[in-house]
Amino acid sequence: MTDYKNIKISDAFNHGKAMIAFVTGGDPDLETTEKLLPAMQKAGADLIEIGIPFSDPIAEGPVIQDANERALAKGCTTDHLFDMVKRVRESGKVTVPMVFLTYANPIYTYGKERFMSKCQECGINGVIVPDIPFEEKEEFLPEATKYGVDIISMIAPTSDERIIKIAKEATGFLYVVSSLGVTGVRTQITSDIGSMIELVRKASDIPAAVGFGISTPEQAKKMAETSDGSIVGSAIVKIVAKYGKDCIPYVQEYIRSLNEAIKGTEKISA
Amino acid sequence: MEDKEMKGRFGEYGGQYIPETLMNAVNELEEAYNKYKDDPEFVKELDDLMKNYAGRPSLLYEAKKMTEDLGGAKIYLKREDLNHTGAHKINNVLGQCLLAKKMGKTRAIAETGAGQHGVATATVAALMGLECEIFMGKLDTERQALNVYRMKLLGAKVNAIETGTKTLKDAVNAAMREWTSRISDTHYVLGSVMGPHPFPTIVRDFQKCIGEEIKAQMIEKEGRLPDVVMACVGGGSNAIGTFYDFIGDKEVELIGCEAAGEGADTPRTAATLATGKVGIFHGMKSLFCQDEYGQIAPVYSISAGLDYPGIGPEHAWLNEIGRAKYVPITDEEAVDAFEYLSRTEGIIPAIESSHALAYAMKLAPTMDKNKIIVVTVSGRGDKDVAAIARYRGEQIYD
Repeated sequence: MTDYKNIKISDAFNHGKAMIAFVTGGDPDLETTEKLLPAMQKAGADLIEIGIPFSDPIAEGPVIQDANERALAKGCTTDHLFDMVKRVRESGKVTVPMVFLTYANPIYTYGKERFMSKCQECGINGVIVPDIPFEEKEEFLPEATKYGVDIISMIAPTSDERIIKIAKEATGFLYVVSSLGVTGVRTQITSDIGSMIELVRKASDIPAAVGFGISTPEQAKKMAETSDGSIVGSAIVKIVAKYGKDCIPYVQEYIRSLNEAIKGTEKISA
Repeated sequence: MEDKEMKGRFGEYGGQYIPETLMNAVNELEEAYNKYKDDPEFVKELDDLMKNYAGRPSLLYEAKKMTEDLGGAKIYLKREDLNHTGAHKINNVLGQCLLAKKMGKTRAIAETGAGQHGVATATVAALMGLECEIFMGKLDTERQALNVYRMKLLGAKVNAIETGTKTLKDAVNAAMREWTSRISDTHYVLGSVMGPHPFPTIVRDFQKCIGEEIKAQMIEKEGRLPDVVMACVGGGSNAIGTFYDFIGDKEVELIGCEAAGEGADTPRTAATLATGKVGIFHGMKSLFCQDEYGQIAPVYSISAGLDYPGIGPEHAWLNEIGRAKYVPITDEEAVDAFEYLSRTEGIIPAIESSHALAYAMKLAPTMDKNKIIVVTVSGRGDKDVAAIARYRGEQIYD
């Protein structure tokens, strides 16, 4: 066994603001995702979110919905992704923390215990489950805790006073949903992220990263300035959709530009 | 019964599995509902709407010819098809829209399958001056073109959903996504006893008048309770409305009839109880048609109102404790019942309701003549005429 078992989500926040990159697993195929993960790390991603495709991703906008459909049409399953992640971890090419993003049903139906133990075995450090709010955390928490998998809590612009209780119990990092609605590129983010983070800080010193709607380096920079990092998903998935199997250099170039904006003005070597 | 409603749970089923963005909205809805449900003024207003707008109580009709023809138990039909807008859906929509008005909401959104819930929502939105937007699977807009125009006529905007299976499940996805993007002025009028708490409870409460009326009407006509009450089940709102007041009356058998499509043993089915497994979807833990990886199955039924891959959590619970029984009915059986009731009683039932009628046709002949069956006719079948003609090979377009 390599030492990937020591990787922790907090590693992503140890060297400045974090660049968090999302990609739908198995889109356009498993092979491409397997090559993308190390390439994303190389381009500067500090944490990688891998979407386990789901038939009905209710928190996603059209871009990631389509990616889910493409991946499922190619036959991508939860087991394929576990195996692929394990290969990538064992190769030593991905040393940044990785989390799965999926919905409650794929985890529940796979078997909570089986799912979480597989996460530990394969080197998945956390799970983001958009349809598990604070009130339903207990659904997966006992198994997740047992296998050292963080359940990433989310806060939204509508969370108001809920932010404090959510932040208090959050582990790994806190996912700050920047806007109302579903994932997808937005020209403007109008929510007052600053005051949301302020509330978080009253309750916890957990790293808080902002996602939903971020696509330009300017937005990524701005969001990271008021938080601990920026999460970019739909914009990356769009590049994958456009270039298919040949997407890797384009995704890398894009992540590099985001990372430079997030980390500061100086160029970061590839 | 109180224990099972802890935190919106019916046994292990129910819950609130929704994005954080919606949590304050459902909490606000729960608070408002608890505030108004026993408020004398709210109760009076809703009662007035039910009587003078929807036309309640609906008739309990003794189907003498059907009874005679089948030669067994006496059959009564609970005529929800005679309500304004032609289905039971109006009961829930009047309640929810009145509540939404009290909450200061100015916009109503809803999903619809067959279009009956969409029509009811568009109707009440027009009455109450709410802006209205309906989400309907593209395939359903084609199967139920007349209802689409009806909704537009009533002033609603209809969005045809092109994602996934392009049916009811995808319409729910779209309505939920829309709600997360616009919450402050918008109420999501969920059309069945499903989704996150408090919807399964609220919708059931607004539909339970069906069973309460059946009970009173039955006592008046027969001086006793029926032996069997039955209704069709998609999400399960007319069924829970029919069952609820009888749950404590153990001698009354409760039967839900779900859509088997081409057969519960084929992939072209929507029979959730017969083929589903426990899962978490659309805000609730319940039973869902799904594959081994938890991907929701593309279900099928001739009935656009029943081809939903899940079932309301209270039904999952009633099934588990054995208080209600659920049976699958195929397209063919439902279409036969549709035609049978039309010719025998001069009542054209909705294809959804025809699933319940089909089981009554099987069950009645096996029962004694002194037994009584009540079948809820959840809606009228005018909307289905063209689809049934096509099913029988006649090309009629509505």
